[in-house]
Amino acid sequence: MFPTPIQKASGPTRLAYQIALPIALVIWLFPLIGVAVTSLRPASDLAAGNYFGVPSSIAFENYASVFRDSPIGWYILNSFKVTIPTVIGAVGLSCLTGFALAVYGFRANLWVFFAFVAGNFIPFQILMVPVRDLTLKAGLYDSTLGLVLFHVAFQTGFCTLFMRNFIKGMPFALIESARVEGVSEWQIFRHIVLPLMRPAIAALSVLVFTFVWNDYFWATVLVQGQHAMPVTAGLYALNGQWVAAWHLVSAGSIVAALPPVLMFFLMQRHFIAGLTLGATKG
Amino acid sequence: MQHDPQPAGFWKRNQMKIAPYVFFAPGALMFSIYVLIPIVQSIWISFQDWDGLGPKTWIGLANYVELLDDDTFYVALKNNLLWLGLYLLAIPMGLAAALFLNQNVWGIRLYKSMFFFPFVISQVVVGLMFTWFYAPDFGLFSQMIKWLTGSEVAILADERYVTYGIIVAGLWPQTAYCMILYLTGLNNLNSEQIEAARMDNARGWRLLRHVILPQLAPATFIAMVVTVIGALRSFDLVSIMTAGGPYGSSQVLSYFMYEQALSEYGYRMGYGAAIAVVLFLIMMVFITLFIVRMIAQERNR
Repeated sequence: MFPTPIQKASGPTRLAYQIALPIALVIWLFPLIGVAVTSLRPASDLAAGNYFGVPSSIAFENYASVFRDSPIGWYILNSFKVTIPTVIGAVGLSCLTGFALAVYGFRANLWVFFAFVAGNFIPFQILMVPVRDLTLKAGLYDSTLGLVLFHVAFQTGFCTLFMRNFIKGMPFALIESARVEGVSEWQIFRHIVLPLMRPAIAALSVLVFTFVWNDYFWATVLVQGQHAMPVTAGLYALNGQWVAAWHLVSAGSIVAALPPVLMFFLMQRHFIAGLTLGATKG
Repeated sequence: MQHDPQPAGFWKRNQMKIAPYVFFAPGALMFSIYVLIPIVQSIWISFQDWDGLGPKTWIGLANYVELLDDDTFYVALKNNLLWLGLYLLAIPMGLAAALFLNQNVWGIRLYKSMFFFPFVISQVVVGLMFTWFYAPDFGLFSQMIKWLTGSEVAILADERYVTYGIIVAGLWPQTAYCMILYLTGLNNLNSEQIEAARMDNARGWRLLRHVILPQLAPATFIAMVVTVIGALRSFDLVSIMTAGGPYGSSQVLSYFMYEQALSEYGYRMGYGAAIAVVLFLIMMVFITLFIVRMIAQERNR
């Protein structure tokens, strides 16, 4: 283990470490703590110049007011309407493509791999004009479906690589022996490989959920009106309306950040397993 | 040999040849329509004058010539380099955080999750947090500066500091990302090698440099990839915090492109596409380097 376990260090060092931990955390999360406190500060405190002191009361009222006086609840619903179908679509499609790339010796395998990796890292701007045009022509501009289709296609690139590597790690003999038994290729996929892919499916689902929930660029490019706007773009629009009403901006920010944060805490192991794929074996 | 009364169906006979394509087709089709073909289309559009609605006019390299004469383009390019250089700091900072947290004490798992927090939050929220943090009069950061130096600085309204201010906001989640990559790497160290090195009296820095870092190379590689790509992709924070201002001083190529293509003074899709192509070419240099290495790794496996 590196660094040397703190248990082997002297008493004062151990104590210093235990004290340093919470201090470092508070410094690290300073902007977040500041916003969280502001979101619970009554507007009168801000007006009176009490920006940093103890709030004169805990104002859950800010949260109520954000939901009551702004369409943020609607925006959040839109975000779910974009995110959940995308997760299902992208993970579903990539189970198929990942299986194809891992199990069969494609002649073009290397080029396909190249296309998916490159496609994953390109700047969104190179896609912006044609994708916007395509969405307009399909009559899907300003709709959650338009966003879903793009996100599914784009996330499929990343998910395919992930699935391919995951399936490559499975014992190939399993598939071979099933073939000898005369099991069809679809049955092999459905009954042998798919059940073993559960951890990969879980990891990708949380990752895609977070990526798509947090997307801002496409939400501004493919959506204009309130009725389809996801919460990232919505929050930006509201920020323009709530000029200097920082208690509302803060409460809105916390609300918008909450779903992926909850997702992360509930599925932490899968999230990190997905994110750090490739960080251990070279 | 038993004679089949009915010849096996077409699918049964040919499934090994057809199956790969059947599995592959739906995903590949979507990816082509929304990613691969649009890249080619963008390159095509960059040679046109187009407002997004009317007919396109072929103007050859005129968009690129105009770009070379556009001052904002150079500001954006310079800022992109700045982003790239400073963003790489996330890697050593992430390593430091990972080393600090790689202990087995009570509650350490919760600490690790909390340190990772900034990465999970949307960049829109990160941008708003830092806007508030930097705000003159009541922002925590500007209060600290005032307390330290006696004068106030409005970071996001000052052409000298604005890009640095945004990059710091970006480093926050990026450092968390690198930290988690290194924590995973540290979890998988070869302990025999470390013990052997300790026997040979290697400690601290020397141990880190000669034994630990080489073992962390895969984590460092991934951290490099995501950080370089992240730096060049930076859009959200610029859009949220300054919209490229003041006076275009915090422009980056990604935002410049968006602004030109969908500007309120009329859509210039061709010009925007030309900017996107330049950014694409810059990123392709890095992407190609990364892929060459990935393929080499794949072969060695």
